[in-house]
Order: sequence, then structure tokens, then C-alpha cells
Amino acid sequence: MANFTPVSAAIGGGLIGLAAVLLMLFTGRIAGISGIAGGLFNPRTDDRLWRLAFIAGLIAAPVAAMLVGHAVPMPQMPGSMITIAVAGLLVGFGTRLGSGCTSGHGICGIARLSPRSIAATVVFMGAAIIVVALTRHVIGG
Amino acid sequence: MPALASLLCGFIFGAGLVISHMVQTTKVLGFLDVFGIPSGTWDPSLIVVMAAGLVVTGIGYAIIRPRTPVFAPQGLWPTATDIDRPLLAGAALFGIGWGLVGLCPGPAIADLATLSPGVIVFVIAMAAGMAAHDLWQARGARPIGRKLATATDG
Repeated sequence: MANFTPVSAAIGGGLIGLAAVLLMLFTGRIAGISGIAGGLFNPRTDDRLWRLAFIAGLIAAPVAAMLVGHAVPMPQMPGSMITIAVAGLLVGFGTRLGSGCTSGHGICGIARLSPRSIAATVVFMGAAIIVVALTRHVIGG
Repeated sequence: MPALASLLCGFIFGAGLVISHMVQTTKVLGFLDVFGIPSGTWDPSLIVVMAAGLVVTGIGYAIIRPRTPVFAPQGLWPTATDIDRPLLAGAALFGIGWGLVGLCPGPAIADLATLSPGVIVFVIAMAAGMAAHDLWQARGARPIGRKLATATDG
């Protein structure tokens, strides 16, 4: 487990939890990123401002990190833009159909002990593990 | 003020993603690659991120649940309880996309800050997928037993 970074993971995870609690305390909203972003596409919505503000903060954090000298390297992406686009479509469509993602179900939902969120998290994590196993060790291996 | 509070929460969330390295696809895929368990290259960091996030959120939610939010008339706690087909099908599709690249919505949006062309393509495709879902629902394709769109979880 040479790549295991438990301390930064615990601090970062704690901050994610803090953000989720503060968002509910201030705005009464669940900190699910797919829900916050997806709500922008609702033509009837009149609450775009807080959504855009949250997203702006989300992007500002790595910018601030870079400004104070914390390296935020470009994430490693698959070579094929087709693969990237298909993955993006699946993530966008799937999180809306399933009413949540890693944050909305994985953190906020499980923290509420929601059976729906526990089921969703088991399914998306299981599906991702299978895909990684196939792409890294069966097809690409 | 609510927007400012929301901006602050987004910033703290993003800081958590940066500090925990969850903005790195290699960290996420290193967790999802369970073949790394026997070979010793597995990276359980994501589980620690989730566990820490769950402890803080679980305790924090329990404390604030009875309170009225500062800038809203009421807390919009999810009300849906049934494990239905849209939930499971959506989670499966999301998991496939997540496994293909190693990006879920939060890190994908935060990673826009790196101006990586791949991330930009991913986020545009993700937005298209979200919009396509809403369009498909609005067209009245009977959304496999779904009830209210307000009963979302996240």
C-alpha cells in the first residue's frame, strides 16, 4: 500500500463533511454535486445563484491552492477523447437518473443512514470496480 | 448572503478534494483497482476520505437537523425511501463512467481549474448527460416508476 495517504485523506474528508454540514446549516441544501450542478438545467428553477456560487467555490479551491504554492497537477486522463466523452455522458445521465453521486449518496445520504443512498453507493462503487478490473486487467491488461 | 455562504461551502468542499488528492484520477482508480489488494499496490485512501466525511457529516447533521437553516425557511432533507429502478440503473451507469476515467462530478468540476483539455471535454459531456436526462424526462418517457423530482437525494 505504497500510495496510501491516510492523513491527507482524513483531513480532506473531514473538510468535505464540514462543507456538507455548513451548506445544510446555511442554505438547507444537501451537498450533492450532481444535484447542485444538475439543478442548473431545470428551466423552471429560480435558484441558480447559490448553485453557481457553490460551483465557483469548488473551482476556486484548487486555484487558491496553486496560488499558495500547492501543486495541483493535471489529472491523468485516458488517451481517447471518445472514452472521456462517453464516461462524462454516463456520469451526467447516471447521477441524474440515480438522484445523486459520490457526495450526495456516498457522504450526505449514508450519513443520514438512507437505505437508498447505501444501495446506490454499493451499486456505483461495484460497477466502477468491475469496469476498472475489466479495462486494466482483462481488456487492457 | 446565501450565495456567499454557498460559495464558502463550495470552497471548503473543493479544498477537501484537493487536500485528499481526490482530484487525481490516479488516486481514485488506485482505490477502485481491487487487483492491487493481492499485489500490494491498492490505495485505500478513498475509503478514509469517505469515512472521515461520514463521521463529520453524520454528527453535524444530527446536531443541525432540528434547526431551521440560517438563510432558508426549512432544510430540504430528502424524503424518498424506496430503492427503485431509476436509483439502481442510474447508479450503475454512473459507476461505469466513474470507472472509465476516475472522475465523479465534484472532482471533475474542481479539476476545471487545471484547464486540462480532457477534463473540459468530460465536464461538457457530463453537463450534456444531465441535460439529456431532464429532456428525456420532460418528454414524458414514463420515468420507470419515478415519483417526484423533488425527492432527490443529492
